[in-house]
Amino acid sequence: MALIKLRKGFDLNLKGKITQDEVLESQQSENYAIVPDDFTGIIPRMEKKEGDTVLAGEALYHDKNDEHIKVTSPVSGTLKQVVRGNRRKIMAVVIEPNGNEASKEFDTRDNPRTVLLESGLWAMLRQRPYDIVPNAETRPRDIFITAFDSAPLAPSLSLVMGDNQQYLKKAVEVLSTITDGKVYIGCRPESSLDDTGAEVNTFVGPHPAGNAGVQVANVKPVNKGEVVWTLDVVTAARIGKLFETGKVDYSTIVAVNGPGVANPCYIKATMGCSLKSLLDGKLVDNDKPKRIIGGNVLTGVQETLDGYLHAPYRHVTVINEINKQDEFMGWASLSPNKYSIYRVFTNWIIGGRHKEVDLDAKLNGGERAIVLSGEYDKMLPMDIYAEFLIKAIIAFDIDKMEQLGIYEVAPEDFALAEFADTSKLELQRIVREGLDKMRAEMC
Amino acid sequence: MKSLRKFMDKIKPHFQEGGKLSKLESVYDGMETFLFTPNTTSRSGVHIHDSNDMKRTMITVVVALLPCLLFAMYNIGFQHFKAIGADATFWQMFLFGLLAMLPVIVVSYAVGLGIEFIGAQIHHKEIQEGFLVTGILIPLIVPINTPLWMTAVATAFAVIFAKEIFGGTGMNIFNVALITRAFLFFAYPSKMSGDAAFVKVDSAFGYGGGNVVDGFSGATPLGEVAINVGDKLNLDTTTVDAFIGLIPGSPGETSMIAILIGAAILLITGIASWRVMASVFIGGLAMGALAHAFATPTYPASMLDPLAQLCFGGFAFAAVFMATDPVTGARTKIGQYIYGFLIGVFAILIRVYNGGYPEGAMLAVLLMNAFAPLIDYCVVQANINRRLKRAKAQ
Repeated sequence: MALIKLRKGFDLNLKGKITQDEVLESQQSENYAIVPDDFTGIIPRMEKKEGDTVLAGEALYHDKNDEHIKVTSPVSGTLKQVVRGNRRKIMAVVIEPNGNEASKEFDTRDNPRTVLLESGLWAMLRQRPYDIVPNAETRPRDIFITAFDSAPLAPSLSLVMGDNQQYLKKAVEVLSTITDGKVYIGCRPESSLDDTGAEVNTFVGPHPAGNAGVQVANVKPVNKGEVVWTLDVVTAARIGKLFETGKVDYSTIVAVNGPGVANPCYIKATMGCSLKSLLDGKLVDNDKPKRIIGGNVLTGVQETLDGYLHAPYRHVTVINEINKQDEFMGWASLSPNKYSIYRVFTNWIIGGRHKEVDLDAKLNGGERAIVLSGEYDKMLPMDIYAEFLIKAIIAFDIDKMEQLGIYEVAPEDFALAEFADTSKLELQRIVREGLDKMRAEMC
Repeated sequence: MKSLRKFMDKIKPHFQEGGKLSKLESVYDGMETFLFTPNTTSRSGVHIHDSNDMKRTMITVVVALLPCLLFAMYNIGFQHFKAIGADATFWQMFLFGLLAMLPVIVVSYAVGLGIEFIGAQIHHKEIQEGFLVTGILIPLIVPINTPLWMTAVATAFAVIFAKEIFGGTGMNIFNVALITRAFLFFAYPSKMSGDAAFVKVDSAFGYGGGNVVDGFSGATPLGEVAINVGDKLNLDTTTVDAFIGLIPGSPGETSMIAILIGAAILLITGIASWRVMASVFIGGLAMGALAHAFATPTYPASMLDPLAQLCFGGFAFAAVFMATDPVTGARTKIGQYIYGFLIGVFAILIRVYNGGYPEGAMLAVLLMNAFAPLIDYCVVQANINRRLKRAKAQ
């Protein structure tokens, strides 16, 4: 067990925290949905048609390039609709639940790889490089499990995992058979995950300490040609439960919080449920338009009230779209209410940079060339020259990208830098495009 | 504010495509974002953004320059009335300096921003804020007696050839303000040095003016040092004088006190790199000490003690405001130490051992601007090698 202290990064103190640990029951969700875009690297090819019945854990579609990789239904019911967008791209697969708890049974004596692929839990794994769903044949060097989420307002993963923590040991046992290396768990000092059989690393420090990429980089970085898998502890517990019980359990606990939520709380729900069932009657009642985010404010996806809880997230954040319209000469403001993590506004003198803030979705400036140096490095606790990597990606210089460590990063690692960026560049988009191009080039 | 917002909204259609003023689209856009923080919200990636933007950053640097600017105005008046031997109150001196500097500031901004506006319009881009700082730096480093047309030509040259052709703010290789000064220095050397360049004797807008009294020399301390003969320095100016700043010189550079206030603002806000700033001073001290240790009358400046080297001339101003320009400087942490240190060393090296240039800070910064990418390249290469080695060790 190693203690790893990280200094870089920042813990944003957003308004709208959950104050009680009580978990509420959610309202009935009319429909459930799977959004294929959440499974980066998988091009969906439907296995079920509209009107077909599916069991929980039964495949909805598989990857066009590898039919073994399947995405399965979170509930049992009828496939109601395949929502298509431009060029018939599948935007969402909507399932109407039939209310019974029927679930597909898996034979856990099978090859663990097959069970994971069939159950759909494989699609919940991510691999470095490229931050995609792993290829069905790869044998990862190591597997990294993240046991805490350090993002703003993120739920406590041990609370989300709840009783399923007992299955972690089984999960580690199963995952150990897939890798030649070790299974690592990265956790906070206060958590107790010593008896899982995995190698435990304890991380101290601000966000993004909880990011898989940061943990990998500080334990055993990814080199060219190597593949590691990353998953969070909730998925790991699901894997353990699958191999103990033979069924996939997609139920979860969701944190609903943020400045736009009147009573932030934890809610019991199932993956893919409608946001209405989570948010109905919980939003702050004022005339400001709201932004509903599946996930956290840094890496989450924008949704509407008609949307669904995206598969990778156990978190819904609601913020105001704009707190103050047409702010007059905002750049000259002396008000301590203008929030900055730098010392250029007065908020660091009055109140401090760690006081609770209500941030909106405004860009607070226009996009510019990179001027200030070292801004990204301060937000990224990895041995990587972030700015030079970003420039290499923009220039699409494959050699440089490789040399500067693109295999080690995922878009989410740059999320905090994107928040802090004075030049307001879309770093996550740039990194995602870089990874995609790189993959197209290398595979 | 609402009426202003309404007015801006009303005139907006004229500036959009197809409107009769569509050629001024970028200017309108610049004005609008200047007056009102844009209401645009994030479309991809993170949903929240820090309040700090380029406008705030640049305006903070301008604020850091204000002590130098205000002191410069007072000092120009002080030197003027001293030169003509007239008594004047503080406010009279300040007023004279204000009147003398205002045209330079106006010319610098008008020419520079004009070119920026045109450039932005040609590329259909937003107006960048970089010139806000450059525009105030230029009047502070150009000798006060430089004819306005020369300042205008030099500013235009610098903005076009040192900045716009490279792609605008954030893309330039050399510090734009220093290119302005270097252009003047090499194109019109007679106006840029000597005793007559730094003290304004004639009137400003009809205010002040007179004849130089006997015995007054407008030479800068470094100018005096350069022509010093003998084994001992015969200087009128002490290090303390230079620290306070009531001496002839380029407007912004004379007062160490004003510069240090600016430095404090830049360092507290975190906009300037303390690594660069500190290493310039360390480099200057080191080279100054070395030169002083081998002092010889052949190079009179070597007889200055290291501390005086830092206080005299433009060294401190360059260290605080020029070397710390993040765009033209080294961008890696280790690179910044090397970059800063070498600026300090070269500034004193040029000053002491090159008789042609009594002041070396400008050339040192420009020289190191050219080498900054190389320094960064080496630092980044070390990281790359580390990564390769790690992969091989597997």
